[in-house]
Amino acid sequence: MSSHPHAPAQESAHNTHHGHSHGHEAAHGTFKSYMTGFILSVILTAIPFWLVMGDVLDSKALTAGLIMVLGVVQIVVHMIYFLHMNTKSEGGWTMLALIFTIIIVVIALSGSLWVMHHLNTNMMPLNPEMMKNMP
Amino acid sequence: MFTNTNLMEFIFGRLSWDSLAFTHEPIILVTFIAVAFGGLAVLGALTYFRLWGYLWKEWFTSVDHKKIGIMYVILSLIMLLRGFADAVMMRTQQAIAFGGNEGYLPPHHYDQVFTAHGVIMIFFFAMPIVTGVMNFVVPLQIGARDVSFPFLNNFSFWMTAAGAVIIMLSLFVGEFARTGWLAYPPLSGADYSPGVGVDYYIWGLQVAGVGTTLSGINLIATIVKMRAPGMTMMKMPIFTWTSLCTNVLIVASFPILTATLVLLTLDRYAGTNFFTNDLGGNPMMYVNLIWIWGHPEVYILILPAFGIFSEIVSTFSGKRLFGYASMVYATVVITILSYLVWLHHFFTMGSGASVNAFFGITTMIISIPTGAKMFNWLFTMYRGRIRYEVPMYWTIGFMVTFVIGGMSGVMLAVPPADFVLHNSLFLIAHFHNVIIGGVVFGLLAGVNFWFPKAFGYKLDPFWGKMSFWFWLIGFYFAFMPLYVLGLMGVTRRVNHFEDPSLQIWFVIAAFGAFLIALGIGSFVIQLVVSFFKREQLRDTTGDPWDARTLEWSTSSPPPEYNFAFTPVVHDHDSWYDMKKRGYVRPLEGFKPIHMPKNTGTGVILSALSVALAFGMIWYMWWLAALSFLGILVVSIAHTFNYKRDYYIPAETVVATEAARTKQLAEQA
Repeated sequence: MSSHPHAPAQESAHNTHHGHSHGHEAAHGTFKSYMTGFILSVILTAIPFWLVMGDVLDSKALTAGLIMVLGVVQIVVHMIYFLHMNTKSEGGWTMLALIFTIIIVVIALSGSLWVMHHLNTNMMPLNPEMMKNMP
Repeated sequence: MFTNTNLMEFIFGRLSWDSLAFTHEPIILVTFIAVAFGGLAVLGALTYFRLWGYLWKEWFTSVDHKKIGIMYVILSLIMLLRGFADAVMMRTQQAIAFGGNEGYLPPHHYDQVFTAHGVIMIFFFAMPIVTGVMNFVVPLQIGARDVSFPFLNNFSFWMTAAGAVIIMLSLFVGEFARTGWLAYPPLSGADYSPGVGVDYYIWGLQVAGVGTTLSGINLIATIVKMRAPGMTMMKMPIFTWTSLCTNVLIVASFPILTATLVLLTLDRYAGTNFFTNDLGGNPMMYVNLIWIWGHPEVYILILPAFGIFSEIVSTFSGKRLFGYASMVYATVVITILSYLVWLHHFFTMGSGASVNAFFGITTMIISIPTGAKMFNWLFTMYRGRIRYEVPMYWTIGFMVTFVIGGMSGVMLAVPPADFVLHNSLFLIAHFHNVIIGGVVFGLLAGVNFWFPKAFGYKLDPFWGKMSFWFWLIGFYFAFMPLYVLGLMGVTRRVNHFEDPSLQIWFVIAAFGAFLIALGIGSFVIQLVVSFFKREQLRDTTGDPWDARTLEWSTSSPPPEYNFAFTPVVHDHDSWYDMKKRGYVRPLEGFKPIHMPKNTGTGVILSALSVALAFGMIWYMWWLAALSFLGILVVSIAHTFNYKRDYYIPAETVVATEAARTKQLAEQA
């Protein structure tokens, strides 16, 4: 083995104190993007209030569902305009973390609803009276 | 005397002389006396040898990831002794309490013992030792000088320690929960557990949970952002990979535990009805939520152990790890799948055939990546030049034991079988089989493997092997009888039996526990003997095992700054690659090194958290309010601390590196 194959092994090391030197490319918003985000989020907040206060829809379930949907849109608006999330920031890690979070949240919420629906149907209501009368 | 009871109640809340458990329980009194004398002896010795200043400056306030890692491991070993004492008490009770003999633990005490055993072993033994080893090893393995947020790391450790202190307080002041380690409501609700036991449980876990979550965030950031140049994701050492996945699991799952316990807290303190039996509450929701955290938790514990075994197998077989990429993919698949199986912990709660079938199948699927890993290790050993050092003993012990535990797990994954076996000692045998055979063996292997890196000398192999054999044989004696008993239908958490024909199995199990006690004893002796033989066992090379990853390229113990120059990585066994290519240590050109500065804020915040928890547990609202205010003030004040860093002067680096050069030259 020659004695210097690894001469370049340390060369770039001097300026990496703590590894802080890379990965600071997260975007910052402009005045326009903040205003867009602000106006969108105000509109998305106003609509649910209007739906509830003005008794716009007959069906309560539809109102609740609509508010949930608007809430999800609100989350997306916040992520794009205020948290400056896009597919490229932090070398894609932000996007990856987001996808993972969504997967976990979807699993936990849909799974819980499914499981609890079955448990509720099969096992509830359970009170001491019923317990006494069980076969 | 005080006649104003309102004032007394205001000051002391629920706390009274009667709450001091040792005043009326002989067992606790003896323990208390022993602990008091032992504690006084330790405190006295520390004062006599003037160690307080040293401990405070060099350890308690340290932000060095290596020292924090070591403190985590020490905390976990202390808690192991406490948790194991509980185990011995249970084994003894069950071995003698037959027919007319009531044993020595009445039910209300026995219930606290098994709850404390579970809580301590999972949250205060397994979690800290896993976090400790990750803390110590990961930055070294990726060629970094510390973690991303060094102060946060110190704070995380002290919050974990604070949680442990809260749990230990319950031994003497008041009582512990009598609910089992997951505190299912309605038993853990205010109606059925009115005392302080469940509150100790809640606040201990919440305080420690802060530390665990923060340290998870810290290590993710460290692994993602601070790898040495050239170390792409697929060149990371496998232990770093498993640590990354574990910390992702921690960050994604611990908030669920926190939220669930907050709801339980509201039920107990504010009279809400999330998990009560009436007024629309549903206790089954608690079980559902806690297992959405609880199942990832078991993978949080086992994945780092898999990583440790992978490093050990390839090191002591002198080969690259077989199927590195498949190992990484298996780990990532387990990370996702661990969120899809939680219902197998409550098949029998009544969710019906479709739900049970789905979760039964996902549970069986998750055993596939785990099986793939087992074959990877076997093929790594195949045609390897295997050196049977102590870490390798643990690894082979693990492979045999864990496969048995895994197979009994697949049995439990079949819902109809689970209806027969659930809540029985078969289940107890199964999860001890995988936790002892996997996590404990893994971490003990890891401690033996990385000890020379941490302290500069190897652990004594003779006592290491004694410890291994006692643990291994003791494990089989202690838990195989429980499989038998479980198949016969004996349920868990019972402190007295009528059928005398069962007794022999419990006696065998108790003998197993005795052997494990010898195993733990041998481990302690190993530490002591190694300390006295440290000059013989000294590692001057920094690479005592002829290993393969970057932590072995620096000295043992590593200097404060880990690496004088950040290494550049070309391969995933980067140190092996460097050795093969004739790596030459740089001897000049040293620069001052930028390092974080020690701070006592973590200790202060954790002490205030203990006070806050104590106030909440005993309804001393003034104490809780004051300490909460204190936490806010100290946290804000800390943000004005601008003296966070310093430079290690180049001369110091030169001197340190020169000493190492001399040491290397002497042994060459």
